[in-house]
Amino acid sequence: MAAEEFKKIAVDGLWKNNPALVQVLGLCPLLAVSGTVVNALALGLATTGVLALSNLAVSLIRNATTEAIRLPTFVMIIAAFTTCIEFLMNAFTYELYLILGIFIPLIVTNCTVLGRADAFASKHPAPTALWDGLMMGLGFTLVLVALGALRELIGTGALFANMQLLFGEMARGWKLELIPDYRGFLIAILPPGAFMLLGVLLALKNIIDARMEAAAKARKGAPTAGSKRVRTTGNIS
Amino acid sequence: MALLTVTSPHIHQPGNTGGFMRQVIYATLPGLFMLTFFFGYGTLINLLLAIPVALGAEALMLKLRHKPVSFYLNDYSAVVTAVLLALAIPPTAPWWLTSLGTGFAVIVAKHLYGGLGMNPFNPAMVGYVLLLVSFPKEMTTWLPAAGLDNSTSIPDLTTSLRLTFTGAEADALSGATPLDTFKTYAGQPEALDASAILHGTFAGYGWEWVNIGFLLGGLYLLWRRIITWHIPAGMLLALFLLAGYFNTAVDADTYPGVMHHLLSGGTMLGAFFIATDPVSAATSNRGKIIFGFLIGVLTYVIRTWGGYPDAVAFSVLLMNLAAPTLDYYTQPRTYGHRKPNKGLAKPD
Repeated sequence: MAAEEFKKIAVDGLWKNNPALVQVLGLCPLLAVSGTVVNALALGLATTGVLALSNLAVSLIRNATTEAIRLPTFVMIIAAFTTCIEFLMNAFTYELYLILGIFIPLIVTNCTVLGRADAFASKHPAPTALWDGLMMGLGFTLVLVALGALRELIGTGALFANMQLLFGEMARGWKLELIPDYRGFLIAILPPGAFMLLGVLLALKNIIDARMEAAAKARKGAPTAGSKRVRTTGNIS
Repeated sequence: MALLTVTSPHIHQPGNTGGFMRQVIYATLPGLFMLTFFFGYGTLINLLLAIPVALGAEALMLKLRHKPVSFYLNDYSAVVTAVLLALAIPPTAPWWLTSLGTGFAVIVAKHLYGGLGMNPFNPAMVGYVLLLVSFPKEMTTWLPAAGLDNSTSIPDLTTSLRLTFTGAEADALSGATPLDTFKTYAGQPEALDASAILHGTFAGYGWEWVNIGFLLGGLYLLWRRIITWHIPAGMLLALFLLAGYFNTAVDADTYPGVMHHLLSGGTMLGAFFIATDPVSAATSNRGKIIFGFLIGVLTYVIRTWGGYPDAVAFSVLLMNLAAPTLDYYTQPRTYGHRKPNKGLAKPD
């Protein structure tokens, strides 16, 4: 269990194998509740909680579950944690619970959660699995919040509205009116805006990756001329 | 042998894409004149704003995509997009509304899909729907038609310029369109009778002439063989049948008559100029008739039971989505073959 492995898991979850931008999983909540930062952050944190805890639990019982019953077991575990999160939100952030509505119970069906349980947690020891759940969840939350911020900014001209729903009364003044007298660009708040802006984020990730790859290649240095050329003319016997 | 892959619009007679697009622009003149006559200089200002924005966006995208800029700019397709959008949006539209819609139409609806010939949706209508969905208030603020009662005249040039560039006063000047009015008072015969705007010579006052203007332009396009009769005929027939049936057989106070539907809103502009877009419409003749007919059906359904007063833009976009399937199932038989060559079926 080297620090190296933990670092690799973090890089995978946050960037290289990001559940939203690379695996393109869990799009239903990603597109549906990313209208504002507060909604996005709340659902992102709830999903992260379920992901981390279910990964941990699946990993702990991984030697006791047989191949045949593993999927129903995983789903039961995920459903149990989702129910816990749902009750917690019902108790402590009631208004947010009403706003997010069906998308909290729907965390059970988020393919990222089941995907990580089956592909990772059931094959790795508990600390690694917990760390993977946290990083995957954070990666998902980051994209969700980025999309929420873009949509809120373009749609309403403000950022961080209604943060008191998540952080209590002290967050009431966090709203930033970035563009005064903004008329509101409704399409960004509506579903088509979610699709378009997710497309923009995906494209942005691909551009950054391509740039980084080009930079890495440039650092390695161009191959010396003629060093590894293969002759392709003439007869091949 | 090197074969050049050229996208539609395919030309069937001497001429080039630019020439055909110019004919379309000339054909909008009667409609443009009627719009200016009844609603003032707003539409002209929209045009003068939209055309440079469209050309600028087109040049920018062509440059970014490493395409020959002047070759594509000369085909006038960006200008046609700008003209159709400028004719469709209200004359009171502020400058940013016109520019945003035109820019979105050219950059997103046309070039992100691959430029002229590759766009599945009519760019002008994508721009229009984006604006309608995002800014419902600005997009439904029309002026009352000039001459509706003795006090109504078109706003003078300075008022129109103020409306476009400062956005003030639009509320004070605004008036309902015939489609709005009927939707508001549907089912109330007294209120319908009292609404002067519903009782022009043939249909809604002012709008009937705008639509007749576009009908004349459309007939010109038919005469010059820029478009074929299939799509407009299909669309107008569907509107005629549905409006006629519901008006005469169901209830005349809830469902307006045939003329109201044929000569209101965007019917004629849609039938002759927008649905006939050679790139995004169906291409086989049978396919075109079905395509136009279903646009008419959708227009009637959304106008009558939907949330928006007019529906030509939505209907055209929805049917653009169906055009490839229509073409697939209506592919004509090739000479020398017994049946049409569909999909994986073996040609005989």
